Amino acid sequence: TMLKSTFTLLSWQQQVGQYYTIPSAQLKKAFPNGLPRRFQMQIKTFNEACVMVRQPGLELISYLKRADYAKPALRYILFGEVGCGKTMSLCHTLHFCSTQGWLVLHVPDAHLWVKNCKELLPSSSRPTRLDQPIEASQWLKNFKITNEHFLSKQIKTTRRYIWTKRESTEEGRPLGEMVDHGMSRVKSSSDVVGALLRELRLQAGGATEDAFRLAVAVDGVNALWGKTSLKKEDKSPVSPDDLTLIHNLKKMLRNDWCGGAILTTLSQTGSLFKPRSAYLPTELLGEEGFDNMDPFVPIPVSNYSDKEFESCYLYYMDRNWLQHPHSRTEEGRKELLFLSSRNPSILERLCSFL
Amino acid sequence: MGAGLNTCLPASVKGSRVKYLLLQICVSSRVQVNKAARGPEKFSIEYIRKHAEEFEVGKRRLANMMGEDPETFTQQDVDRSIEYLFPSGLFEKKARPVMKHPELIFPKQTAAQWDKDGRPFHFLFYTGTPSFYSIMHDTFGKVLAIEKHQDQMRSKGALPQDSKQISLGGSRWLLKEELEEVLVENISDQDYSRFLQLMDKLLSLPFCALEEEFVQRFRKQLEIQSTKQEIPDVHCDENGRSYSQAQGRRKTATASVTLRDCGSGRVAVNGKDCLLYFPILQDREQIMFPLHFAGMLGRFDVQAHVEGGGRSAQAGALRLAIARALLSFVSTPAEVETIRQAGLLTADPRIKERQKPGQAGARKKYTWKKR
Repeated sequence: TMLKSTFTLLSWQQQVGQYYTIPSAQLKKAFPNGLPRRFQMQIKTFNEACVMVRQPGLELISYLKRADYAKPALRYILFGEVGCGKTMSLCHTLHFCSTQGWLVLHVPDAHLWVKNCKELLPSSSRPTRLDQPIEASQWLKNFKITNEHFLSKQIKTTRRYIWTKRESTEEGRPLGEMVDHGMSRVKSSSDVVGALLRELRLQAGGATEDAFRLAVAVDGVNALWGKTSLKKEDKSPVSPDDLTLIHNLKKMLRNDWCGGAILTTLSQTGSLFKPRSAYLPTELLGEEGFDNMDPFVPIPVSNYSDKEFESCYLYYMDRNWLQHPHSRTEEGRKELLFLSSRNPSILERLCSFL
Repeated sequence: MGAGLNTCLPASVKGSRVKYLLLQICVSSRVQVNKAARGPEKFSIEYIRKHAEEFEVGKRRLANMMGEDPETFTQQDVDRSIEYLFPSGLFEKKARPVMKHPELIFPKQTAAQWDKDGRPFHFLFYTGTPSFYSIMHDTFGKVLAIEKHQDQMRSKGALPQDSKQISLGGSRWLLKEELEEVLVENISDQDYSRFLQLMDKLLSLPFCALEEEFVQRFRKQLEIQSTKQEIPDVHCDENGRSYSQAQGRRKTATASVTLRDCGSGRVAVNGKDCLLYFPILQDREQIMFPLHFAGMLGRFDVQAHVEGGGRSAQAGALRLAIARALLSFVSTPAEVETIRQAGLLTADPRIKERQKPGQAGARKKYTWKKR
């Protein structure tokens, strides 16, 4: 098996720089909200979702293939400069996981939970915490779309959850019922999210025949340990631990459960109070975050190599995206190379003018 | 302007009068002198000659003062010494102390134009601009002479096409101001255009090579600008890669750039990547322009250090520095000329205009109230 996995790894190495298409049926199911906004616009324009196979994604997939799932979950952090392709690599890996039949728990952007929240309710279960009903219900909706088949059939609750005086979910009910309850009763949706995470933690990687592997994917994980821009009614600042969603997610990110993997990315673009030049884990996570996430497997994501740049350029030419006649020449290609300095997002923005 | 602004007169000057110091301010006197009606100041030939002798004596004295040899003391040395002895912080160079030959300082004036009986020397004196009309007269005389010569050659049977032409490339006609300077009198625009027309007529004749010397007196040679351009040297570092260094400035920003050959097109500014240092596309386009124009985009690695100014100024300074450093890798002088003509080697002289008193900014005025 060792030889086989290295053989597949090698053959995938040759595929670095090539594009592969995600069928649109799978796309809606796997990523209801997970892809970067510009990539979603590109999908709409080109009518197909083509992802480039790159080295970090391949590395992550190879680690996932070779990991031992009887041991506690491993944490992987994708880091790199702004616009290098961290979110895209994560999405590539998640698509792989969903094709392998894993249960994917994807938080598209953790920064959305720590800023610009319209409603902050005091939590029903604990007096000091704050709930975010809109974000929680939105996330539950997306979660349901992604993992429909798991929720309705396989997983059952292990204990009774009481949401309010009148509502509760009994033991042994399918998880889908709990999720539906959270979506309909928006007030208790944050607690539902917490309960859901706990259930999945307990039941992932069991020895039964309907065992599933759990992939926890958080984009912008540095939001969990940074500062929030939210304020309580008495104008005092809210720390991330005061928010139910964040607190439960942090519990999820601890490596005390087995049968899955934790894939995260650092993100400076949505982060609060961090300089634009910061991209290393130490800078973005802070001391507290680093200690919490330690030990982890760091996977650096860099700008395009020459081969990848060539591939991207040919893809745009193939799709007739580069309309300007000069951009199709060798001179134009060199100009694009210089101006974008091989950064994927800058290249994409440049080509959208042409 | 009244005459009475004497301050303290020394009491001894007044002699028998009462010894008190007079302080007269703005007392109008009876005799009013109209200085404007006198015309421009006239400096006679003796006056200029006297001052020229004084200048020579002064030059030798200055050389002795500076400890240099009076025999080989040039005008450049004089300028240098004056700048040293009288340091001036004035911005206007023409307002600084200067020591030059009187011919250069006093405006040229014509000598006396009529004899003691009042009869003018020049036969065209009554035109008002005798030198100009005499030149026109001479030129037309030469035209007639050439036509006569042409008739003679034709009668002998020599074809007019065998004669050589005057080469006019690399020179231009004297401008109107320059012609006025040569003739020491003012001419109008119409006169100047007539002069050019007559010269063109002279040049259109086949045998005009006979009068080449006369024509070249009125033409100014143009230098090729690019020969004056300084090209930085190419050094070789320990890995064997050749590199060149250059500086550039724009509006308080200074940049110094090292251009290394056999690179991959990476640009590092102050240690950071070009993309991180200049997130705006316009700045990166400015830096790309010299390399793109010379067609050497992927060839060099750029290491730059830039300080001062704002975002755009730093980009402009970098662009100038890269263009200068590129010159040492450019092969032919013709390419240097094209780069110069693209405007890549000209330092942008625009700086922030100073604020004037009584105004809010350089141009902005305070609110104007009618009453």
